Amino acid sequence: MTDAADLRRRTAGLLAAHPPATTERLEFLRARFDAGLAWVHFPEGLGGLDAPRSLQAVVDAELEAAGAPGNDPGRIGIGLGMAAPTILRYGTDEQKQRLLRPLWTGEEVWCQLFSEPGAGSDLAALATRAVRADGGDWIVDGQKVWTSSAHLARWAILIARTDPGLPKHRGISYFVCDMTDPGVEVRPLRQITGEAEFNEVFLTGVRIPDTQRLGEVGEGWKVARTTLMNERVAIGGARIPREGGMIGVAAADWRARPELRTHGLHQRLLKLWVEAEVARLTGERLRQQLTKGQPGPEGSGMKLAFARLAQEISGWEVEFLAEDGLTYDDWTLRRPDGVDFTGREAGYRYLRAKGNSIEGGTSEVLLNIVAERVLGLPPEPRTDKDVAWKDLPR
Amino acid sequence: MNDGTPLTGTPAADPDLLYSEDEDALRAAVRSLLADRGDPATVLAGLESDVAYDTGLWRALATEIGAAGLLVPEKLGGAGASAREAAVVLEEVGRSVAPVPYLTSAVIAVTALLGCDHAQEEVAAPLAALAGGRTVGVLAVPLPTAPGGLPEPSVRAGADGALTGRVTSVADAAGAELLLVRAQGPDGPALYAVEASADGVRTDAVTPLDLTRPLGHVILDGARGRLLATGDRARTAVEQALLTGAGLLASEQLGVAEWCLTETVRHTAERTQFGRPVGSFQALKHRMAALWLEVASARAAARHAADALAAGSPDAPVAVAVAQAYCAPVAVRAAEECIQLHGGIGMTWEHPAHLFLKRAKSDEIALGAPGRHREALAGLVALDAP
Repeated sequence: MTDAADLRRRTAGLLAAHPPATTERLEFLRARFDAGLAWVHFPEGLGGLDAPRSLQAVVDAELEAAGAPGNDPGRIGIGLGMAAPTILRYGTDEQKQRLLRPLWTGEEVWCQLFSEPGAGSDLAALATRAVRADGGDWIVDGQKVWTSSAHLARWAILIARTDPGLPKHRGISYFVCDMTDPGVEVRPLRQITGEAEFNEVFLTGVRIPDTQRLGEVGEGWKVARTTLMNERVAIGGARIPREGGMIGVAAADWRARPELRTHGLHQRLLKLWVEAEVARLTGERLRQQLTKGQPGPEGSGMKLAFARLAQEISGWEVEFLAEDGLTYDDWTLRRPDGVDFTGREAGYRYLRAKGNSIEGGTSEVLLNIVAERVLGLPPEPRTDKDVAWKDLPR
Repeated sequence: MNDGTPLTGTPAADPDLLYSEDEDALRAAVRSLLADRGDPATVLAGLESDVAYDTGLWRALATEIGAAGLLVPEKLGGAGASAREAAVVLEEVGRSVAPVPYLTSAVIAVTALLGCDHAQEEVAAPLAALAGGRTVGVLAVPLPTAPGGLPEPSVRAGADGALTGRVTSVADAAGAELLLVRAQGPDGPALYAVEASADGVRTDAVTPLDLTRPLGHVILDGARGRLLATGDRARTAVEQALLTGAGLLASEQLGVAEWCLTETVRHTAERTQFGRPVGSFQALKHRMAALWLEVASARAAARHAADALAAGSPDAPVAVAVAQAYCAPVAVRAAEECIQLHGGIGMTWEHPAHLFLKRAKSDEIALGAPGRHREALAGLVALDAP
């Protein structure tokens, strides 16, 4: 069994063989992956050591102290948080060997081809078709939307309909799509903030080999649920300090601009400060439960709390800044590398936060999930359950 | 709290926000006792009697389970546990709106005595009596008194130790044998112990909003007190008692909110209208899911306060202010939602929902309303008012 002492020894060994000061960044990251210190809870040979997930913090702290280069988790967040756990669970040995190492080192960026113009919250209504061609390859046609990082991505996780004659959840299959293939067209989708963080992706006659399927034909919804569950864990699981994130920016504004203070804004700031601190503690409690192997249902709610708080705090901030709140830093169309909720200035934060209650599952969908899976309340009656997808109104 | 010491607002290194196995076992014992002898229907039936609290239930909780002495060290006659365990008892007390003087006697009065010099027999003797559950004691302050902002005592002590004055809205005063009274003496503020049965002591019962936590005005007219502490020691002992009371009240509020949510979910999943369970309508589900998130968050806040108090952390004032500012409104909202989502049934005397609303609303005012705690926080974390 790998323990903390063992991990410290292995980390010291890695640092001795590849001193960060004299080792090229990518070379160091590859060596770290090969030493099993990338994500210690992954299997040996795939960047891990089958160690408890909680021990990753030991490795990270030692490497940070030694000034070792990191792998830019913001830029490769979709790969780390969504693609990797899904590949680990459903991929073949060949897929794992080929895909996980460059995913982790950041040599290959991933994106997620799930949402469509007609299938957002009702994701299983998707219409992108994958039809089997002679020789077993799949030919994919359709349109995806809200695709972060598609303009940077080498690979995508993709869900497509392989049998329109089945009810909507049963006729879906899950693929790995090569974004450099002919027929894949990425167009920037300019957003409310002025920048194009997302894309539209048009798939026209894209040929995907059957070896790039994850899970069985028609079992894609089950595979996608692994991805989505990991997405929400990734959103809720981070450890933040008191006054971390959006509330820290608001509190710093308050301290720096005494001339703008009013009693009404003070009351609201204190209320938001309390709510941010309690959200932090709730996340911390969830983390402690996970460390002890007693996962609690708090995770289902963390994204809801995060979205509501980010929106209220950023709205407060624009109002507090008064004249400065009337201005915006830059409306130029830009293509950022990753998502930065607290970066740039107040107006940007306010506008970007509007997406927090939509992306990764709307707050309304998450409330349904909490109500039905955590509280055990009865589901709404459904009219689409046993109807073939092709017969559903669209 | 505002004693001039600047606080950085840095949380304790690693607060433990979970429940230990011992705490789980304690909870199971308390819950089982309260389910047998203090379920809401029994509570309701007992309320219109003239008894100040359920003495049988109190004795069982205090002595059979030993809950009254949790905060008291073993050498002083207690169980040598901490605020973390007392918080678990209060969660269960909240969940059953049990009419027992746990918060007032076993938490607030005990903490005040612990802040005095317990090498002295005048302190050690009442402390052991409270810890053993033989005596009920209360700190005579108005229930809304917040930590950090003690007003001048409303009672004067003569040179002969005779106390005169009036303290309004003291929780559980009617059932208490021992009153801990703040008084302005010839040499400044001091804390006295007064027997409720002594000459010159009268308690006028007030009709309370929360029937499960009786209120009384305490009137002292030349009553004899035994001096417990003076000056800073007296003030600090009372401050710490109020801080501990406010911090652990958050756990009672959590218990109130939990009962309300659980019962609302149960009711709406069973109650059929328009041909389906009302709990299947999204408009209602979303309200309950939002409430669940608030209850889960209240648990983290309440555990944090209990853990900071147990550890004697310098962060405790922040943790307590956060817990009170957050948990008090959650309990009220849970009780209000419980009544609304029960429909007409929620408006009846027979259904216990009103007991929880009255407790929640009274708890919101007790030991500092949320606004007071947010104000305290402004000073503690350097978010100054205009």
